[in-house]
Amino acid sequence: MTATEGTLLTAADLAGNGVHGDDPDVHGKFGIFGGRYVPEALIPALDQVAAEYERARNDVAFLREFDHLLRTYAGRPTTLTEVPRFAEQAGGARIILKREDLTHTGAHKINNVLGQALLTKRLGKSRVIAETGAGQHGVATATAAALMGLECVIYMGAVDCERQALNVARMKLLGATVVPVHNGSKTLKDAINEAFRDWVTNVDSTHYLFGTIAGPHPFPEIVRDFARIIGVEARRQMLELTGALPDAVCAAVGGGSNAIGIFHAFIGDQNVALHGYEAGGRGLETGEHALTLTAGSVGVLHGSRTYVLQDEEGQTIESHSISAGLDYPGVGPEHAWLKDSGRATYHGITDAEAMEAFALLARTEGIIPAIESSHALAGALKLGRELGSEATILVNLSGRGDKDMGTAMKYFNL
Amino acid sequence: MTDILAPGAVERHLRARRDTGRGLLMPYVTGGIAPGWTRYLEAFAEAGADAIEVGLPFSDPTLDGATIQQASETALARGASTRRILADLAEGRDPGVPLVASTYYNLVLHDGPEAFCAALRRAGVGGLIVPDLPVHEADELADAAAAAGIDLALLASPATPQPRLAEISRRSRGFVYAVSLMGTTGERAALAASAAELTARIRRGTDRPVLLGFGISTPDQAREARRHADGVVVGAAVMRRVLDGAGPDDLRDFLATLRQALDQE
Repeated sequence: MTATEGTLLTAADLAGNGVHGDDPDVHGKFGIFGGRYVPEALIPALDQVAAEYERARNDVAFLREFDHLLRTYAGRPTTLTEVPRFAEQAGGARIILKREDLTHTGAHKINNVLGQALLTKRLGKSRVIAETGAGQHGVATATAAALMGLECVIYMGAVDCERQALNVARMKLLGATVVPVHNGSKTLKDAINEAFRDWVTNVDSTHYLFGTIAGPHPFPEIVRDFARIIGVEARRQMLELTGALPDAVCAAVGGGSNAIGIFHAFIGDQNVALHGYEAGGRGLETGEHALTLTAGSVGVLHGSRTYVLQDEEGQTIESHSISAGLDYPGVGPEHAWLKDSGRATYHGITDAEAMEAFALLARTEGIIPAIESSHALAGALKLGRELGSEATILVNLSGRGDKDMGTAMKYFNL
Repeated sequence: MTDILAPGAVERHLRARRDTGRGLLMPYVTGGIAPGWTRYLEAFAEAGADAIEVGLPFSDPTLDGATIQQASETALARGASTRRILADLAEGRDPGVPLVASTYYNLVLHDGPEAFCAALRRAGVGGLIVPDLPVHEADELADAAAAAGIDLALLASPATPQPRLAEISRRSRGFVYAVSLMGTTGERAALAASAAELTARIRRGTDRPVLLGFGISTPDQAREARRHADGVVVGAAVMRRVLDGAGPDDLRDFLATLRQALDQE
């Protein structure tokens, strides 16, 4: 049955429920990664979120409401689009896009925020806070908060507020308060620090609507489960469209939510290769990149044990990417685990490679992708040339590029 | 006097002082905050500190308010690092009271818990506080700390439920760090109402020294805190003065007012 026939999400659709043995353990550990490295004051709140989520994901009424919102508000299921003109540059391999760019607010982030906003109401809380880098998760959170009548405060680095003034205006229009963060590097990691400080102070009234699969347990699991619908749909759609599973699935990796969203339903399919593409920025050798998995080392950042970019003294290094959504010096612990287990492979894509793919998709297919997603597109081009014309590659087109027009105008002198 | 470099010495030292009826004072300084920063330690000891907390600054101090954040940034911008701070301590004059390092877990993991604890030991540090390491994640570090003779003090929060609080009290070494409120470090207008209840709940399960921290910045607050706890930790009130340019002598004078308040109560 396809989702369009009106079937409900099942608990198994929402979560792996251990089907592949890939849920974290009771302490939120994926192997050695994950866990809860947070102040003691937050532990009871995290316990409460975990317990409520466990009830919610087995509650038909919750699943029905989430499913209803995904269909009638977010615009699911999203379609697949085959892109043959684009694929001419990929050695003739078939390239098929999962169109998360067509969702409401224009990126996969809407899936997670709708699920967590529903969870916030179940928790009896009236206020949500969130961090945002480029502003996409902030806009999505402000959207869900407006829809459900929740007070909403978004923390955003002061540098990012300037770079993404349009998204700041969108959040304000949606009724959110945007707090510019002037500490540290004034970017996403400092916005997360500040959101944690708010949460530890206001935890009774407030849910921290975390935007990616990083952070302390249970956020990596919850955000993954709410994003998992991407892969559940795509797997079914691939079978309908091509009669087979793809040879490879490609996705961009910053914190890692869109990648885990499309990977997760394929983890048990051993013949499907999983490729994640991190932001190579100006190149590994320049030191200006966000190659957390490919060039980082194991540490603890924002409550989770995972790969991080850190200097020889253990201080976090500021990342760089032309794409604000991938500009983060940490990564979700499940990706760290998938990397170490060998189930997924991670690569770097430079700013220049991503921008080339960005322009190519626009010109050959009439689709302007987010620069984040363009990293996955650039990866698919390389992979197609490696695998040859018999290969079929599924790419998560996680968001649309409207928000990136300022960057594109500068980059291409438009 | 107890040997303050012997294993478990922080707790023995604090218990001994507590048992004389003395209110315990543990001021905090961010390591590497200024040239010659170890002179603050001597001044703290002269003012009557019973132990001194030395912060090893981290780039992402999620539990710290504006003052300690600024102190951490300032120290890091000066080139402070765990290695250099510990070298300064090893070279500086022994202040004569136990030193307790505090830092975030990434800096502990960076060298590995065993090497980190051994380095503390070599620098003459006897205790350790890691505010982002809750009790159920602490096994690895607790073992390494015990092996190196470092007292790993755990933190308790007003939100911590009773069974968990008992585990924290049982597994903490040196003292139990009672976080007086739900929030970050920083000065406050009044001692939080949650402080009294939390310390009472901790005391039900342990006779280990209980130090109250977060938001204790004036003699009046220290006096009130002393009614509930064995002593106080004073961080932001010290570091605001340091950031404003106060030298060791100024801090000795300020801490002497807290010492006096604790002695009166």
